[in-house]
Amino acid sequence: MNKVAGVLLAVIGATALGGIALHRHEPINALWIVTAAVCVYALGYRFYGAWVAARVLAVDPSRATPAERYDNGRDFVPTHRWVAFGHHFAAIAGPGPLVGPTLAAQFGYLPGTLWILVGAVLGGCVQDMTILLLSTRRDGHSLGQMAREELGPFGGFAALIGTLLIMILLIAVLGLVVVNAMKHSPWSTATVFATVPVAILVGLHLRRLRPGRILEGSIIGVALMLLAVAGGGWVDTHPLLRGLFDLSSLPLAGFVIGYGLIAAILPVWLLLAPRDYLSTFLKLGTVALLAIAIVMLHPQIRMPALTSFVDGHGPLFGGKIFPFVFITIACGAVSGFHALVASGTTPKLIASESDVQLIGYGSMMLESFVAIMAIIAATLLDPGVYFAINTGAGVVGSTPAAAVHTISSWGFPVTVQQMQTLAQQMGEATLFARTGGAPSLAVGMASIFGSTFGRGLLSVWYHFAIMFEAVFILSTLDAGTRVGRFMLQDLLGHIYAPLGRTSWYPSVLLASALTVAGWGYFLYVGVIDPNGGVNILWPLFGIANQMLAAIALSVATGILLKSGRARHAWVTLGPLAWLAIVTTVAAWQKVVSPDPHLGLFAAASALAAHLAAGTLPAQAAAVAPQLIFNQRLDAWLTILFTVILWMVILDMARVCVRKLRGLPVSASCEAPYQPARPRALAIAGQVPQEGST
Amino acid sequence: MRFAGAWTLRRAVAAAMGGLRALSGDDAYDRYLTHHAHAHEGPPMSRQAFYREREERKWSGISRCC
Repeated sequence: MNKVAGVLLAVIGATALGGIALHRHEPINALWIVTAAVCVYALGYRFYGAWVAARVLAVDPSRATPAERYDNGRDFVPTHRWVAFGHHFAAIAGPGPLVGPTLAAQFGYLPGTLWILVGAVLGGCVQDMTILLLSTRRDGHSLGQMAREELGPFGGFAALIGTLLIMILLIAVLGLVVVNAMKHSPWSTATVFATVPVAILVGLHLRRLRPGRILEGSIIGVALMLLAVAGGGWVDTHPLLRGLFDLSSLPLAGFVIGYGLIAAILPVWLLLAPRDYLSTFLKLGTVALLAIAIVMLHPQIRMPALTSFVDGHGPLFGGKIFPFVFITIACGAVSGFHALVASGTTPKLIASESDVQLIGYGSMMLESFVAIMAIIAATLLDPGVYFAINTGAGVVGSTPAAAVHTISSWGFPVTVQQMQTLAQQMGEATLFARTGGAPSLAVGMASIFGSTFGRGLLSVWYHFAIMFEAVFILSTLDAGTRVGRFMLQDLLGHIYAPLGRTSWYPSVLLASALTVAGWGYFLYVGVIDPNGGVNILWPLFGIANQMLAAIALSVATGILLKSGRARHAWVTLGPLAWLAIVTTVAAWQKVVSPDPHLGLFAAASALAAHLAAGTLPAQAAAVAPQLIFNQRLDAWLTILFTVILWMVILDMARVCVRKLRGLPVSASCEAPYQPARPRALAIAGQVPQEGST
Repeated sequence: MRFAGAWTLRRAVAAAMGGLRALSGDDAYDRYLTHHAHAHEGPPMSRQAFYREREERKWSGISRCC
């Protein structure tokens, strides 16, 4: 029966992929992509994932997990596998797979789609599942701890520094995405601002009125957020309020920075925790709704399979298809960040090792599917419209007429009239140069939702999508700032012991301010950059994230070899080799390319030359010194990432060579085997068990 | 599908609610009480104290991603 289903899936998948391959010069229906994706996932999960779990990781259901051994009813809690799947997916799913694929669509729909599928099935899912199992076998130790124990002190230090830097870059680029979505949009700004008091109200409800009634609090909060979307529409029509919320990017960046600082200092129950409950609800709900709407509407993809920008002259960001499509997609295919969640929180919930495939491999598959939906939402737009929304004024010109002229000259016709009508439908003043991916995704989502559930509400759907993305992003922003604060306090504690005390107020204030200053700086430079800033920051974040994935895969490969599984080590060594090549080539090009569109030092020199020659307009000349400094700083950061990456890889290779030569290596820190209790007893959940599979 | 025959609408709704409560963390305190009753002596934490501690712990580590 299983074989028949497998063959059937393979045939359907091959047909769908064949369909995509044969429709190269005509519009293709999104349903082909969805079908191909679902089949690839099903086959990957059923065959490759199951094989890796059974043969390579040697998952052993008879072995007691930390949740069972340390069951304390608080953080170590054996949890039903679908509930643990939900928690894990909610934790790994962030705005990354929405933004990355939207930007990568400048190459056409095909490269991004293929990498999201292949990268997830062979790379990302394997990484997440492997780290999840390894951490489960080590009492839920974090990636940094595992790197230190299994490779050496350097590996641990590299993981810590890598995590801190990636966090700062991630928050900066996400902050920039939100600022660009709210820029001169009173409706969006009012709605996003309103989500803060809503979260505080829910926080008070959960703390004072009805402690811990999370479901009830979340439902009230989500209802209020939907009300905030409608309320934003009212603000948009009110002459006085409209002016109050019509802000340019610099003050908005100030608000975001201030919000980050306050959220990191305030007690978590007041703002951070309730915001996260609401964000998780919205996230799961909207993802499900989008999947239903895409299948019901099955829109045509208007973007060509490949655009001429594969040669490296793309307007959203510079660089050829190799390696930059892999750097840009990032989280939708392989995300190093997931290794941090897969080691730490989730392993403490695992009831049985046999659940690891569903929770680790399965959650990443779903995350990858979110990325597929994002690429569909981006590519169903008219390519001309897509480029008009996503390209900075510094590239296409600052007036609508100039932008339309430039974009049409690339072979993607678009008119001012068309953009005006669209902006009007979406309830916005303009949609030109709204870089960052959020507005274009919102336009795509609004047209999907609008066509499926009611055409008249386009502007409401658009602002719902913006609110959804902003809530998503702001909860990553405040959680990330808080984690950055703890990591920094840990580091500072080595210099002056009291600074390490997480509840000492001066230390809290100092570490929070330093973390916010770190990402606030990159956000500020991104905002003043006439090219939109995302074009520089996103590739930098992508390189950092893929570097973290390479560190995680190095740890995994080292452990596989040390435990005598060299024969199967290619399972993690393969993706590691690929990521090492991609990241190094990308970093190399970002640093040494003489093309100012791509190379960071080249861009700094070119700008400096323009500044010295006095050919810059006054406004651009004023910010040029900061941009020049920033481009050089980014180049040095890129070099630092590459050095860390290769030192970890060499550290891993050192351990592996010693092992293969029979020399002593540090002992494995795997917890000793303890037999598991019968499964039915281990799970205290209220979800009934389904029949055995 | 072994239990298909025994399912009633009420049980399906209860299971869905249970799943939703478990997913949102709404039932965490009930689980803690069950755990406490058979594993520990002395009075358990109050609902409020339990949630205070749970939220502090959850947000001290990396629990959200890109």
